[in-house]
Amino acid sequence: MSKLEIINIHKNYEGKPLLKGIHLSVESGETLCLLGRSGSGKSTLLRIVAGLESADRGDLLWNGESICDVPTWQRQFGLMFQDYALFPHMNVSENVAFGLRMAGMKKVEIAPLVNEALELVNMSAFAKRQVTDLSGGEQQRIALARALAPHPRLLMLDEPLAALDRALRLELQDELRGLLHKTGIPAIYVTHDQEEAFVLGDRVAILSDGLVEQSGSPEEVYQAPKNRSVAEFLGMSNFVEGKVVAVEPLRVETALGILRPSKCTKPKLKIGDQKLILIQTTGAELETTQDGNNRIHGIVTECFFRGDDFKVTLNCCELFFEFSLSERCEAGQSISIQVPDSSIVCLET
Amino acid sequence: MKVKLSSLLWMLPAAFLFFFFLVPLGNILLVMATRSGVVSTNAILQPLWFTIWQAALSMLLTLALGLPAAFVFARYNFAGKGALRLLTTLPFILPTVVVAAGFTALLGPRGLVNGWLMQAFNLQNPPIAFMNTLGVILIAHVFYNTSVVIRVVGSALVQFDPRIEEAGRVLGGSPWRVFREVTLPLLRPSILVAALMVFLFDFTSFGVILLLGGPRFATLEVSIYTQTLSMLNLRMAGLLSFIQLACTIGITLLYTRLNGKRSVPLMPRLRGETVRTPKSIFEKTTVGLMVAVLIVLLVSPLAALALKSVLQTDAATQTSNLTLAYYRELFINRNDAFFYVPPAKAALNSLFYAAVTVLISVGLGLTASYALVRQRGLKRWLDPLIMLPLGTSAVTLGLGFLITFNKPPLDVSSFPLLIPLAHSLVALPFVVRTIQPALASIPASLGESAASLGASPLRVWREVELPIIRRAVMVGVIFSFTLSLGEFGATSFLARPDTPTLPVAIYRFLSQPGAMNYGQAMAMATLLMLVCALAIGLLDKLQVEGRGSVNSDL
Repeated sequence: MSKLEIINIHKNYEGKPLLKGIHLSVESGETLCLLGRSGSGKSTLLRIVAGLESADRGDLLWNGESICDVPTWQRQFGLMFQDYALFPHMNVSENVAFGLRMAGMKKVEIAPLVNEALELVNMSAFAKRQVTDLSGGEQQRIALARALAPHPRLLMLDEPLAALDRALRLELQDELRGLLHKTGIPAIYVTHDQEEAFVLGDRVAILSDGLVEQSGSPEEVYQAPKNRSVAEFLGMSNFVEGKVVAVEPLRVETALGILRPSKCTKPKLKIGDQKLILIQTTGAELETTQDGNNRIHGIVTECFFRGDDFKVTLNCCELFFEFSLSERCEAGQSISIQVPDSSIVCLET
Repeated sequence: MKVKLSSLLWMLPAAFLFFFFLVPLGNILLVMATRSGVVSTNAILQPLWFTIWQAALSMLLTLALGLPAAFVFARYNFAGKGALRLLTTLPFILPTVVVAAGFTALLGPRGLVNGWLMQAFNLQNPPIAFMNTLGVILIAHVFYNTSVVIRVVGSALVQFDPRIEEAGRVLGGSPWRVFREVTLPLLRPSILVAALMVFLFDFTSFGVILLLGGPRFATLEVSIYTQTLSMLNLRMAGLLSFIQLACTIGITLLYTRLNGKRSVPLMPRLRGETVRTPKSIFEKTTVGLMVAVLIVLLVSPLAALALKSVLQTDAATQTSNLTLAYYRELFINRNDAFFYVPPAKAALNSLFYAAVTVLISVGLGLTASYALVRQRGLKRWLDPLIMLPLGTSAVTLGLGFLITFNKPPLDVSSFPLLIPLAHSLVALPFVVRTIQPALASIPASLGESAASLGASPLRVWREVELPIIRRAVMVGVIFSFTLSLGEFGATSFLARPDTPTLPVAIYRFLSQPGAMNYGQAMAMATLLMLVCALAIGLLDKLQVEGRGSVNSDL
């Protein structure tokens, strides 16, 4: 049985539907990343789980029991806010102690737990500091310590790294990942950054237009995005229309030639079906021989160095595709590249 | 060496404040030290003690009503909220004589409530004797200052990031504990500031006590007035003024220190995200009750005033009928009475003084604002000097003028401009607080780019700066005009018997017997109230259109 089950949650916001029937679950010890554009309702879903807002329809189950009528302060869930919402009139250790005090603990019990929580985030030295004197990264850690101190049954994090600069974000991302696994607390992590979601999530769920478009392990979702909207959200842009010409094995005829998708998110294709094909940018190689499968010819319009690889834009019959290659090409050069079957996905239309 | 003329701008407001503020204050000290006169400790301690405890009691009552009202305003949407908010700004500008007349019209012996009760139960005498009691003083103070609490605490609440409270709830705090341990401690500085402000206003209350309290109640202010004008004991009056001044300066300093610590360090991410529509029955009842109390408190005396100004009661039959007789009477000159001045003449006096006040205060306000913006060094001493009259009571100002300007050419009994000069002192701080921020918000590059495009300094001012600060200047004009029209404290010292202002005339008519005098006082007060309501409407329109705001500075 799942720890948390989110069943058919509907929510209207200012008369417009924001969530249109969300189904999700969180298993024990698992981190679920909710990925979506801003305005997709992911924060609202989090607030509904926290009890800060109520759903118009649907149910929330914890260990199989409905918690919709349990008020926020009795749910024993931790929530870390995007801008941390530290209490400005309390110092660091008072902030961390707040939840423990609310749980009715005595002073002598609270002190060691506060220290433990501060140690967990490497902030023991800051116990007596004013929260208003802390930097963004420090505040972030204190907010995390405050949420973790009362040992919540579920931890929710609402874009906890969004306000930080990139270097700090990458550093804290790794720390958070370690912490989530160390504590073993089931967690829901909300972000609009796919990289963050892939690093932190055991499972990711992509929210779009008020519904869960796709959920699965990061690899599953990345390697086989379900449709164009998910693929685009993950930063993919190589699409081409095609017609199924064979099904076992699958062959699709496109403007680029015959492609051999290794994955298809929808089985039972028939010959003659019109399909949208996604070509992943990775795994492609510059080809010198004239044979082989999934060969794409084109003229290089742009090529620049990105550190690990070169990003090449290819004009194939006035359709533009991007690939990452290991060698430099020159603009204007006519090249052929070969894409492995595993990089070709047949999408739902 | 060539001195830029504009760098001498500061001398104008500085000279004004020196001659019309510092010199009169110095003279009060001089009079206190040198004049003869009986000094009785009892005559000091009694009004001082009464001033303190009535102010404390008024403050507590005001907080008791104002704090929940501030919460309702900051957290809930309800029908008519905009109108009610506008209504709560009215007391900021409403003259004390109007409010006093309003409460007299509602609860006085001839008032509406007594009239209804007498009619309903066929009584010979008014059953409610509420005038000249502590109760009516307290209610009038609550009427005046609830708005202060709603403004100050309400604005802190609106700026309060709701996530701070939500974090408390997620961490296991019940709504009551979160309120007690998170919301309240964060609001404490704002509540203290509001309380201190209300205390200061109640401490220096003059018109309300004089008009509603009657002879039994004397605050320091009222004692200064009676010692000066009835007992002619200037030494005593000077001493009382000195004590008053010491107290108000002390409170003001405390206020300034607290006000600096007031800001809530977190802001909501979205405008109005903390505001919601009341849902549960409890919320609906609370909001409804609060709105009803505010409406009764703020509207009933003003409505009673307007009603009494058009209602004539036949004493014999106890019947009332509508009439415009009181308004008509305002324009009839009955020269049979000693020192009788027709109300229309008093109104003309008031309009004249108000116009002069606008000229002086806005002229000086502009000069001072320019000086303060251009020469940063002035901020250290000129700004506090301009603000100082705010912490000085109007009665003290009046007394200072009275003892300073007693020989020609500046003689209270012959020089007519002393009243607008005194009004300008009171208005100047507000005018500067309105114009200066608008001026400071203009980046230097704006004028510089206009100059590089070929505009002379005068054209830069006319075509770039003036259009930008025009709204703030308008706010200053309306505010100082209305303030002058309603000013009572200083005017009561300076108005000659034959040239009263409208508030002085209302006071005289109210304290004379007779239905016609009473009715005329009601009519004049109603007219003054309408002018103030119009001014509030205009100020609100200017505020909605721009960002310049008077009330947020108050």
